[in-house]
Amino acid sequence: MTRSLLLAAALLAGVAPSVQAGPLRWARAGDSLTLDPHAKNEGPTHTLAHQIYEPLLIRDASGGLEPALATDWAPSPQDPGVWVFNLRQGVTFQDGAAFDSADVVFSLNRARSGRSDMKELLASVTGLRATGPYQVEIVTEGPNPILPGNLTNIFIMDEDWARANDAVEVQNISAGEVSFAATHANGTGPYSLVSRDPDVKTVLTQNPGYWGRGTFALQVTDIVFTPIQNPATRVAALLTGEVDFIQDVPVQDLNRVAAEPGLELRSAPQNRVIFFGLNMGAPDLQSDDVEGVNPLADARVRQAMNIALNRDAIRQVVMRGQSRPTGVIAPPFVNGWTAELDRVPATDVTRAKALMARAGFEDGFAIRLDCPNDRYVNDEAICQAAVGMLAQIGISVALDAKPKAQHFPLIANGTTDFYLLGWGVPTYDSEYIFNFLIHSRDDMRGSWNATGYSNPDLDAKIEALASETDMDARNAAIAEIWQVVQAETLYLPIHDQVLNWGATAKLGLAANPEDLPRFKYATLN
Amino acid sequence: MRAHLIRRVLQSGLVLLVVGFVAFSMFRFVGDPVDNMLGPERTQADIARLRTDLGLDRPIPVQYARYLAQAVQGNLGVSYRLGRPVADILAERAPATLELAAVSGLLALVGGVALGVLTAIRRGGIATGVLMTLSLVGVSLPTFLIGIGLIYVFAICLGWLPSFGRGDTVQIGGWTTGLLTASGRRALILPALTLGLYQMTLIMRLVRSQMLEVLSHDHIRFARARGLPEWRVLFRHALQNALVPVITVAGLQLGSIIAFAIVTETVFQWPGLGLMFINAIRFVDIPVMAAYLMLISAMFVAINLLVDLLYLFIDPRLRPAQQRSGG
Repeated sequence: MTRSLLLAAALLAGVAPSVQAGPLRWARAGDSLTLDPHAKNEGPTHTLAHQIYEPLLIRDASGGLEPALATDWAPSPQDPGVWVFNLRQGVTFQDGAAFDSADVVFSLNRARSGRSDMKELLASVTGLRATGPYQVEIVTEGPNPILPGNLTNIFIMDEDWARANDAVEVQNISAGEVSFAATHANGTGPYSLVSRDPDVKTVLTQNPGYWGRGTFALQVTDIVFTPIQNPATRVAALLTGEVDFIQDVPVQDLNRVAAEPGLELRSAPQNRVIFFGLNMGAPDLQSDDVEGVNPLADARVRQAMNIALNRDAIRQVVMRGQSRPTGVIAPPFVNGWTAELDRVPATDVTRAKALMARAGFEDGFAIRLDCPNDRYVNDEAICQAAVGMLAQIGISVALDAKPKAQHFPLIANGTTDFYLLGWGVPTYDSEYIFNFLIHSRDDMRGSWNATGYSNPDLDAKIEALASETDMDARNAAIAEIWQVVQAETLYLPIHDQVLNWGATAKLGLAANPEDLPRFKYATLN
Repeated sequence: MRAHLIRRVLQSGLVLLVVGFVAFSMFRFVGDPVDNMLGPERTQADIARLRTDLGLDRPIPVQYARYLAQAVQGNLGVSYRLGRPVADILAERAPATLELAAVSGLLALVGGVALGVLTAIRRGGIATGVLMTLSLVGVSLPTFLIGIGLIYVFAICLGWLPSFGRGDTVQIGGWTTGLLTASGRRALILPALTLGLYQMTLIMRLVRSQMLEVLSHDHIRFARARGLPEWRVLFRHALQNALVPVITVAGLQLGSIIAFAIVTETVFQWPGLGLMFINAIRFVDIPVMAAYLMLISAMFVAINLLVDLLYLFIDPRLRPAQQRSGG
């Protein structure tokens, strides 16, 4: 009805009807948690923010960097510890205020302030200066070659708007503060906020002053975003045509959606690898039945477990084909990934048993596996499959699956012996993986490393990556670190997730590894 | 009488305090909010600092006392998940749940009484057999399955009704209602049916058994012998007597309808208190969980108190001894 009215209006206005334009109704499992662009480092929150706000640069579908509010960037010829960003001219915020370098300096400072959830991505930044109305210099502690890749989710706010609305600081939830910026938005992006009822409905409309008019398709005129938590209801809403586009299509409903006339699936390998972690550092394990020894401390046991897992079976049976088995805990687009590392270890139960015997565990042992049941695609079922596979080499696994709110504290507190974890790499660089998953756990790094693994040599190499400017030397160091990780079997990689979007066939929008639809690119025909 | 009243109110207050304490001691089994509040790049230092800021490192009685001290001043805190005042969120969500509960309650009462009377007077009929069997299904099927089944039939196959949400709503003062718009009324049908079905079958079976009992009494036989019209016998003499226990049960069930709207709201993405509570549990949003549990327990305590006092009013035998000594 609305669409035909719009079409009639377009015809009356003399616009060629071959270019369609119209609203889009969009649903996914979770809502954005806040409109404050620096308060939460979380997927659905960023996805909504990307429609309203813009960072200096964004990722394209293959993971490369693409200009957004910055037109070009390069290290300063005088000082390798300084990045120079030239900014786009003629950009205005949705309230009409002009965009310039002061807004960039303000926003990046806000993003690296104490309560910002984005501050770790800017940890190497020591200073910011506006060297012209459309030029900004970012000073880092020593040269930081991968800084631009850390800026793709750091959104730019208008300094005057933030000051006028008491939103200079990021909200302090623990002090019971409320924030204007959490419920209002004023970005430079293609869509501006019309109304928002958190957890119910968010309405956006096209920003008439958007700089990208003429550059991008911009055929979606309005966006109505509704979170629908229940997977069956979400799919039902797509099947009945009540929504045009859903993220998070459950794997068991993929065929149903694909078979429906007028609907299509859009798939892409996701930037998220799923793996098991093993507590090899503890002198003795809490959950095992071996006294005084930690069986996981023996590399042969870890190797045996690695080759006892049948990743193809998990892909076919548990994931219904929607995964990409892998041999490394890095998704393919990450710098440092190689096909060699990625090669899936062949399942070999006989050799695994022999390794167990050589390690002195021919009779196996018992251990508890901690697993989330509401975080990753079919997470609990993956763990159940692993229980059966490890039983073949005598390891008796007791599965303890629970909600993520109870699972992740086990990893944070280091109170798990054997656990499932998924990891995405927003910077598309191996250093990010090393910092959080490989480096020894201390106050600054290794916060997700519950393996107890600690190798001072490797730690030094990881820390050195941050300021290595020679990209070849840096890549060589990354390769070296991966060799150690693989040789030690620090983790048991399982697969990369495949993400699926369901959409009406007339929506032209390809899925991307970030699981981040940018509706300015979308076409409707 | 007044002393008894004061004692009952004080007892109710005590029950509320105990429920709150039990709830607070259980929150730590739900998980740790810090992990949800900080992004994946958090360091161990960030975790420790936030735990201290939120007071999660304190003993549970201290956390509870702090919460109570603020709640008494009308400050329910700020949601960890959405960063908005809990009181605002409750006020926004309550109308959706109350409207849904009221409509399902009404549906259950009217439908249940009508079907109960019908099956009582048409004993042994085919329709009665079918209805009684269906009512067994209604009592035993889990709510989410009924909800999904209704979505499949009425939204996907027939395309008559929407599968999720509340439709368009109208704001009247601080209250949002979906009853004044066509899409709001359409959106209400399936969730109300899902939520009310269990209560409806319960009331139907209760009315039927009460009716059968009353119909066998002497005064019904005498009424018939006097030559009163059958409808007058059924509705004036039988049903009125059968309804007394039904009203009691229905009143108490209203509390459960509100409290157990959680599943229905999740299936239909109904933006009410239940959905809010589920989200709060998943995030370990302690201020929201605490406020919801206190609200629901206050409601149950109030309903029970009211029922107790009504009995007291109706039946003098239940009054305490000192009242009788005067007469």
